[in-house]
Amino acid sequence: MNHRTKMQHLFIATAAIALLAGCASTPLDESKTAPVADKSAPAAPMPPPAPDTRAVQRVETAPQPVDPLSDPNSTLAKRSVFFEFDRFDVRSEFQPLVEAHGRYLASAKQRHIVIEGNADERGSREYNLALGQKRADAVKSRLTLLGATDGQIETISYGEERPRANGHDEASWAQNRRADIVYK
Amino acid sequence: MFRTDSRWWGSCALALCLIVASTQAQAQLRVEVTGVGSNQLPIAVARFQVEGQAPQEVDEIIRADLVRSGVFRLVDTGNTPVAESARVDLNDWKTKGADAVVVGSVSRLADGRFDVRFRLYDAVKQQQIDGLSYVSSVAELRLNSHRIADRIYEKLTGVRGVFATRIAYVVQLGKTSFELQIADADGANAQTALRSREPIMSPSWAPDGVRLAYVSFETAKPVVYIHTLTTGERKAIANFRGSNSAPAWSPDGKVLAVALTRDGPTSIYTMNADGSGLKRLTNSGAIDTEPHFAADGKAIYFTSDRGGGPQIYRMDLGGGNVQRVTFNGDYNVTPRLSPDGRTLVYVARRSGKFQVQALDLGSGQEVALTDTVLDESPSFAPNGRLLLYATEVNGRGVLASASTDARVRTRLTGPNGDVREPTWGPFIK
Repeated sequence: MNHRTKMQHLFIATAAIALLAGCASTPLDESKTAPVADKSAPAAPMPPPAPDTRAVQRVETAPQPVDPLSDPNSTLAKRSVFFEFDRFDVRSEFQPLVEAHGRYLASAKQRHIVIEGNADERGSREYNLALGQKRADAVKSRLTLLGATDGQIETISYGEERPRANGHDEASWAQNRRADIVYK
Repeated sequence: MFRTDSRWWGSCALALCLIVASTQAQAQLRVEVTGVGSNQLPIAVARFQVEGQAPQEVDEIIRADLVRSGVFRLVDTGNTPVAESARVDLNDWKTKGADAVVVGSVSRLADGRFDVRFRLYDAVKQQQIDGLSYVSSVAELRLNSHRIADRIYEKLTGVRGVFATRIAYVVQLGKTSFELQIADADGANAQTALRSREPIMSPSWAPDGVRLAYVSFETAKPVVYIHTLTTGERKAIANFRGSNSAPAWSPDGKVLAVALTRDGPTSIYTMNADGSGLKRLTNSGAIDTEPHFAADGKAIYFTSDRGGGPQIYRMDLGGGNVQRVTFNGDYNVTPRLSPDGRTLVYVARRSGKFQVQALDLGSGQEVALTDTVLDESPSFAPNGRLLLYATEVNGRGVLASASTDARVRTRLTGPNGDVREPTWGPFIK
C-alpha cells in the first residue's frame, strides 16, 4: 500500500509536469522533422518581439522661457526708488534696480512703462507735484542712459496725493518719497 | 454753526456738537477760537426781538462772526430781547463795560419774508452810528446776518468785513472720495460743487466769485478746469501733455497763470481765461510753480528751486526782471500777497516745522503767524486781516485761520475726513 501510493504520487507528478510542459510549449509542425541540428550552424532568426502596449515612458515638459519681470527673485521685481526729503537724485543703493530695468527695457523694446513720482505730505502740494515729476524724470533719464528709449517711458506725478503710507512720521514719509516703475 | 458766545462753551459745546452732527446731513465745519487778541473792543449784541418763527438766529450769527474776527469781546447781554425800536440806555451799557451796543428785530412779513432791522450805538460817544433794514427771504437770512456783522465790523474798525464772503476747500472722505466744497466764511452752509474718485487740488476763486479754477486728477493726470458754480459747467482749460496745475487768476479775471510740464520741467505759463494765447514765462530748467498775481496785476510771485532749494521769486508779467524774494531758511513755498501788497505770506520750513510766515516787504521783517507745524495753502481774506490755511491736528487735515498780527487763531474742523486746500473768496457786491 505504501509502495502503491508512491507509484500513484509519481504518476501524478509526471502527468503534472507533462501538462505544464504542454502548456508552455509551442506546438510543433509535425510534418517537418527538425533537421538534425548541426550544432555549428547559426540558429534561425527569432521573430521580432510584439510591441509592448503597456509601457510607460516618462516625459518632462521643457521649461518655458521665463519672463524675468515675473520672477520674484529678479532685481526687476523691485519697482520703487526712494528719495530723501526735497531731493530727486537717485541714491547709489538704487543703482542696481535702475540698471536692471534699463537693461530689460533696452532688450524688450515692445515693453512700456509709466514712472509715477510721489512726495511726502509736508510742504506745498503744488511744489510736491513738481518734485514728484522731477523724481520720475530723474529715474527716466537713468533708464534712457542704459538703452531704454524715450518712447518706452512716460513720467507722471501724483505729488503727495496718493500716499502709500498714511502715517504722519518719518517712517511713513520715507515710504511716500518715491518713484514707482509701472509696466503696462 | 453754533454759538461761540462764551456762555455756551464748556459743557454745552459737546451737546451742541452732537446735535449739529446728528441733524445736519451736510459736512459742516466747526469753528473753535484757539487764541485771542489783546486789545479787543467790548461790544454788547442784545438778543434780537423776534416775531414769527425765524429759521436762523440772526443775533447769534452776528455774535459768532464778531468773536471769530478776534477784534471784539462780547459783553453779557442776558436773555431779554431788545427791539430795534427800543430806547437804549447807553449809559447803562457803558456801565456794563460795552463800548458799542447792537439791538435788532426780526419780524415775519405777510409774504413769508422777514424784515431784519438793527441799530448800532457808540456807548462812549452816546450816539447811533448805524441802522438798517433788510427784507430777507428765508434763504437769505443767514447771508443778511453776515452782512449786518460786516457793517458793524466796518463801522467800528474802518476795515471792510469779510463775514458775507465764501470759502472753498477740498475734503477727502475716503481713499477714493474727494469733494470740492463751498461754504460761508464761518464754515456753515457747506455745499459740494464737485465730487470725484480722484484727488482735487489748488482751487482758486475767480474775482467774480462765481467761477473756480482747480486741478483734478479725474483723468488719471492733473488737468486744470474752470468750473462755474451757479451752473455746474466745467471746462478743461489746460490739458496738455504731462502735468497741468497751480492755476492763479489775474486780478481782472482775464488771465490765468498755470504750471505745465508740456515742454519739459515744471514751468509757468499764462493763458487767457478762455484757454487761448498760451505764453511761456519761465525757462529755468528747474521747478517753477505756484504762480500768484500781485494785487495790481503787474507782477507774478512764484516758487522755484533754481537756487538749489525752493524759494519765492517775483517776475514781471512778461517773465522778465526775476528777483529772489525770500532768503531765510532753505524751504519757502506757496507765496500769497496781501491785498494791499505790503505783506507776503508763504509756508516755510524752519527747524523741521512747516509754518506760515509773514514777510513785511518794506522792512524785510519775518513773523511766524501760526503755532501748528504742518501748514499748507495760506489764503488771505479779501480784507487782508485774516489768513486761512490748512494744517494737521491729531493726524487729521483741518483748516485754521490766523490774524495777520498773529494774535488770533481759530480752527475749523469737519465732522469727518481730511479738510485741505482752503481758498478765501472775493468780496461780492
